[in-house]
Amino acid sequence: MNLDDKLATLKYTPDSVSHLKPNNADCKTCKNRPCENVCPAGVYEWLEDEQKLLVKYENCLECGACRIVCEKQSLDWEYPKGTKGVMFKKG
Amino acid sequence: MTELQKENKTEVIVVGAGPAGISAAITVARAGHEVVLIERGTFAGSKNVFGGAIYAKAVKEIFPDFEKNAPIERKLIEHKFAILGESDSTVVSYRKNHEEAISYSVIRGKFDRWMAEEAKKEGVILVEETVVRELIVEDEKVVGVKTELEDYYADIVILADGVNSLLARQIGLREDIEPKDAAISVKEVIKLDKNIINDRFLVNEEEGCVYELFGGSMLGKLGLGFIYTNKDSISIGLGVTLDEFTKAKIKPYELLDKIKAHPAIAPLIKGGETIEYSAHLIPEGGYKKVPTLSGAGVMIVGDAAMLVNNMHWEGTNLAMISGRLAGETAVVALSKKDFNEDTLARYQEAVEKSFIMKDLHTYRYLMDIMHDKKEVFLDIYLRKINAFFEMFTSVDGTPKRELYRRFIINFIKERGIKGLCSDAWAVIKLVWSILVK
Repeated sequence: MNLDDKLATLKYTPDSVSHLKPNNADCKTCKNRPCENVCPAGVYEWLEDEQKLLVKYENCLECGACRIVCEKQSLDWEYPKGTKGVMFKKG
Repeated sequence: MTELQKENKTEVIVVGAGPAGISAAITVARAGHEVVLIERGTFAGSKNVFGGAIYAKAVKEIFPDFEKNAPIERKLIEHKFAILGESDSTVVSYRKNHEEAISYSVIRGKFDRWMAEEAKKEGVILVEETVVRELIVEDEKVVGVKTELEDYYADIVILADGVNSLLARQIGLREDIEPKDAAISVKEVIKLDKNIINDRFLVNEEEGCVYELFGGSMLGKLGLGFIYTNKDSISIGLGVTLDEFTKAKIKPYELLDKIKAHPAIAPLIKGGETIEYSAHLIPEGGYKKVPTLSGAGVMIVGDAAMLVNNMHWEGTNLAMISGRLAGETAVVALSKKDFNEDTLARYQEAVEKSFIMKDLHTYRYLMDIMHDKKEVFLDIYLRKINAFFEMFTSVDGTPKRELYRRFIINFIKERGIKGLCSDAWAVIKLVWSILVK
C-alpha cells in the first residue's frame, strides 16, 4: 500500500494557507533534511532545481515530528485553525 | 481587569480534550466549579491517536460504570511478545481472562467523544474547533488563553494539549523535545470480519489480544510495534525514536509496510482493508524529561507533561490519573482562592507520591541503556533468540551437542568476550536500578 493510498483513508479540511513554514534560507544549507524522512505523510520534498522545500501541508497529520528533527530549529510550526486539518475517525 | 475580561472569565480552563484534559475538567465540574474545556478538533477524539488500550482501573476512577456505557471494543486477555527476525519469529504469550478486566481496546474517535459527552452532562463547558494559540501571562502568573477569536480568562489553566505542548514551552515549563526523546508512531486500522479476528487470534466474542512486536523492520532501531484487536478491525503500528530518521533515509510508513509483510504478521491481517492511517508522537524521555508540573495559575497533565511509561505501554492511565490529581488540586486552590505557585505545587507532590512518578523513576535508566545498546539488544540478541530456536528445532542429522557448541561459539565470536561482559553489566545496572535504587 503506497503512501497516497494510506492518506486517502483520511478526511482532510485543508486551509488555504500553510500552517508549516520552513525558513528556506536554512533549508538550502541543511545537510540531511530529516523532515523529508521522518514525516509520516511525506509532506516535505526538496526541489533541487528550484532550491526550495516543497511543503504539501494539506497532507499533514499534525504529529509535530518535523519541528523536533529540524536541524536548524527554524521550522515555524503551529496547529491548523480549529476547523481545518486532518480528522481521525478511529485514532 | 476590564469589564470585557470579566465577561470572558471562568474558574478553570482546560486545554485539550483527551483522557487527561477530560479527567481534569470533570473532576473540577463535579466539585461544583465552572470549567471550560477547549478542544482544537471538530469533536473530542478527532485529533487523538494511540496504539490501542485503555486501562480499566484508571478509567473507573473517573467513570465507575464505563464498562456498561462506554464504546469499548474488546477486553484484552492475552499479551503476545513476538520477536521478529528477518523472516523467522519467536513468540511468548501470556493469557488469562481475569474476571475484572485490566485493559480494553478502544477506538479513540468513539471513546474520547463519549468521555467528553459524559463530561458535558456533568457540567463541563466543551468548546470545540478552537485552537489555543498562547497563554496570557500577567505578573508572572498564567491568567488565561488566547484563541484565534477571543481571549478567555481563568483562575487556573490546565494544559492537556498533548505531546507537543507548545503552551508549556511558551511559559518555559518545558524545553524543546530532543529527537531521541520522542518516537514517531504510525498506525493502520485494518477492517476484518469479527469472526475472522476471533479465529485468527483464538479469542471469543468480545475478547481480544495484544501483540508487542520486537525487531523485524526495526532490527537495530529503538522502536517497537504493536497489534490490537478491535471488534471488527485490527490496529497495527510501530513507534521508532525520531533520531533514527535524522541519519538514515528511511520512512516510518515503509517500516510499517515491512512489518505488515513479515511472514509471522501477514497472515493475521490477510484480506483486510486499511480504513484509516494515522500518526502521532509518543513522549519517550521518561523520568528525566518530566518537566516541573505546575507554576502560578497553571498545571500540566498527560502527554503534555511527558507522562508515559514506555516499558509497559502505559499512557492513557497516567494521563487520566494526572488529570484527576490536577483537577483535585484546582478544587483545593479554588476553595482557598489561592492560585500561586506553592498551592498548585500540591499537584506535583501528588503525582510524585502516586505510581506515576514512582514507575517512571523505576525505569529512569531504561532509555539511556537502550539508546546505548540498541544495536545489540534490539538486533543481535533478537536474532540470537530466533537462531537458538532454529537450532533447537532443526532435524538434519547433526549431533545435538555439535549444534549447541556451534551456536555458543558463533555467539561468542560475534559479540566478543568484551562485548558480552559489557552487555551483562548493562543488564545488571538496569535490573539493579529497577529493583533496588
